[in-house]
Amino acid sequence: MLNPISAAFKIAKKENRPALLTYTVAGDSTKKQSLEILKSISKNADILELGVPHNTPVADGSQIQTSAYRAIKNGIRTIDIFKIVKDFKKFNKTKPVILMGYYNMIFQYGENKFLKECKSSDVNGLIVVDLPWPENTKFAKKCKKKSIYFIQLLSPTTSNKRLNKIIKYSHQMNYFISMLSTTGGKLKVSPKEILKNYKKIKRIDPKKEVVIGFGITEKTIGKLRSADGLVVGSAICKEITRSLKSRQNPVTNVGRLVKKLKNKIK
Amino acid sequence: MKLKKKIPVIDQANKFGFWGGKFGGNFVPETLKKPIEDLEILFNKLKKDKRFINERDKYFKNWVGAPTRFIKLENLSKYVGGAQIWSKVVSDANGGAHKIYNATVHCLLAKRAGKKIICGDTGAGYAGKMLSMAAKKFGLRCKIFMGAKDIERQQPNVKAMKRNRAEVIPVYSGSQTLVDAVSECMRFWVANCDTTAMCVGSTVGPAVFVRICGWSTSQISRELKIQLLDEFGSIPKKLKLYNCVGGGSSSFGFWNEFMDYDKKQCEFIGVEAGGPAKSKKHAAPLTYGSKIGILHGAAQYVNQNSEGQIEETESISAGLDYPGISPLHCFLKDTKRARYTAASDEEALEAFKLVTKFEKLRPSLEPSHAFSVAIKESKKLSKDTIVVVNSCGDAYKDRSILQKRLGKKYVKSN
Repeated sequence: MLNPISAAFKIAKKENRPALLTYTVAGDSTKKQSLEILKSISKNADILELGVPHNTPVADGSQIQTSAYRAIKNGIRTIDIFKIVKDFKKFNKTKPVILMGYYNMIFQYGENKFLKECKSSDVNGLIVVDLPWPENTKFAKKCKKKSIYFIQLLSPTTSNKRLNKIIKYSHQMNYFISMLSTTGGKLKVSPKEILKNYKKIKRIDPKKEVVIGFGITEKTIGKLRSADGLVVGSAICKEITRSLKSRQNPVTNVGRLVKKLKNKIK
Repeated sequence: MKLKKKIPVIDQANKFGFWGGKFGGNFVPETLKKPIEDLEILFNKLKKDKRFINERDKYFKNWVGAPTRFIKLENLSKYVGGAQIWSKVVSDANGGAHKIYNATVHCLLAKRAGKKIICGDTGAGYAGKMLSMAAKKFGLRCKIFMGAKDIERQQPNVKAMKRNRAEVIPVYSGSQTLVDAVSECMRFWVANCDTTAMCVGSTVGPAVFVRICGWSTSQISRELKIQLLDEFGSIPKKLKLYNCVGGGSSSFGFWNEFMDYDKKQCEFIGVEAGGPAKSKKHAAPLTYGSKIGILHGAAQYVNQNSEGQIEETESISAGLDYPGISPLHCFLKDTKRARYTAASDEEALEAFKLVTKFEKLRPSLEPSHAFSVAIKESKKLSKDTIVVVNSCGDAYKDRSILQKRLGKKYVKSN
């Protein structure tokens, strides 16, 4: 069976647009609400990234940190995250879900046990921010065995030699970090420059999907629409924070934001 | 797991940067892979380069002030009535603590790499103060990340950093202490690694930072070895080296040159911060059997909950207030080359009182932890045992805490 992630890219391609990937933090601001947010954004997002909150995140900017701290404070545990995915899949069976987080959370849960739970809750892909190639070789293989995509990260600092190697060993989808930044940084390079790097990566293996993330907002998403997929994370987390502060419903607000994002790339 | 002889411990990691196959490594975002690799290539080349080593030694001698004193604490030894208690007064070094060695080397490396800015983390403020001094000396711009709680409790060092024209960036996330400062500094480096060099303030972080720091602070034991030979004619038959351990940079440097001696002759004792006597929180992952986890790019014993969230620590000493511990010390613990124990806040304060009562020496709260255990154990040791405590920091920075906890008379002499 085709991994739902690949199926989602196929649909987007047919509609002549990039896939829209969203990132929200599991348990932000509560377990229940983060599930409702997933449901709400799934109408317009093609692939859902769900963050596993960690309290010493070395690659996240302030927006995602705020969401993560909020979720941890409200008691989210790893086991709850699988439950959220399971419940979401009851609502929408085909929409792909990717878990994204830091390795210590997997390490403490136990790699094998973590993957078993991923499989049984129908997680389709994993991004582990601080487990780069080649350190991730063994774990990526384990993922493959369970038909879960291990998504490799690529950065503007990744050398050509390294790019070639990583892509050769990668599964069907890779994630290109648009610029030197933590998540949610202001886009400090032009979309043209980002797409130039993107195309370089794409040429190495055109059959593999490459999504672009970091610094993408409502303002910038349209200019990057020629990519296979685009990830918006911090802008969504920021909207959750804003909604909570102004006592509005984050579920409807975030749903609306994602709809707007989708319209920009249609 | 085995410690090899005749190979420097910093070079005993495997190709992925793991000591003993499981401590250390490079758990970093992809963006940092290249800058870390560049730094590794540069460091591996320069640490074999005679001209670079001469340059380092020149600055250590003329600017840092090598060697720092090695003195006998006659009165304290008499009072304790057991082993001979000596101290290596590393706080003599320019700036008042051992952090100057690592800061100097990082600035020399940054210059070679053509970087214009250097960023660093700090807990007690020493690492930040020394980095700001070295950056000024070598013409680099300097950014220091420091937890908001630490900024409040270590004001003298904050002022020093600002005097050296460093930008001190307060970190408000999490517990607002060293752990958050290191995270924020790494985040800054992720976003600015093209123009900026990073100095990790201790033997922690991705493997190359552990190695650079250990290589730099080893100056302490190089000096001590010569001083011991001068004083006793040979390395004493019973030698015990006590050092406080937070991240682990001063202790590693204090022990490195003695690594190949049998531990029966030359024992290493690391003293972690046990925190307040009545609190469950501590900063002593080795003593209290914390599990292996990943923190700031390296696998190590670290205080964490069962989920893998890093736990808050508590200690009177900002310099030891860190939930993890250098992979080098995890390795030394599991190979049984070093022994680790903890002293509480109260015990450290008592030791500070004793040392300052008997000697013209004012150890900061960090080495006061080591003095506490050294004094306690020395009572039971024979007179021919040589106990050496690394007094790796000066109490000047702790004046507000000392005044609050012990009263005015303990800060007067500064």
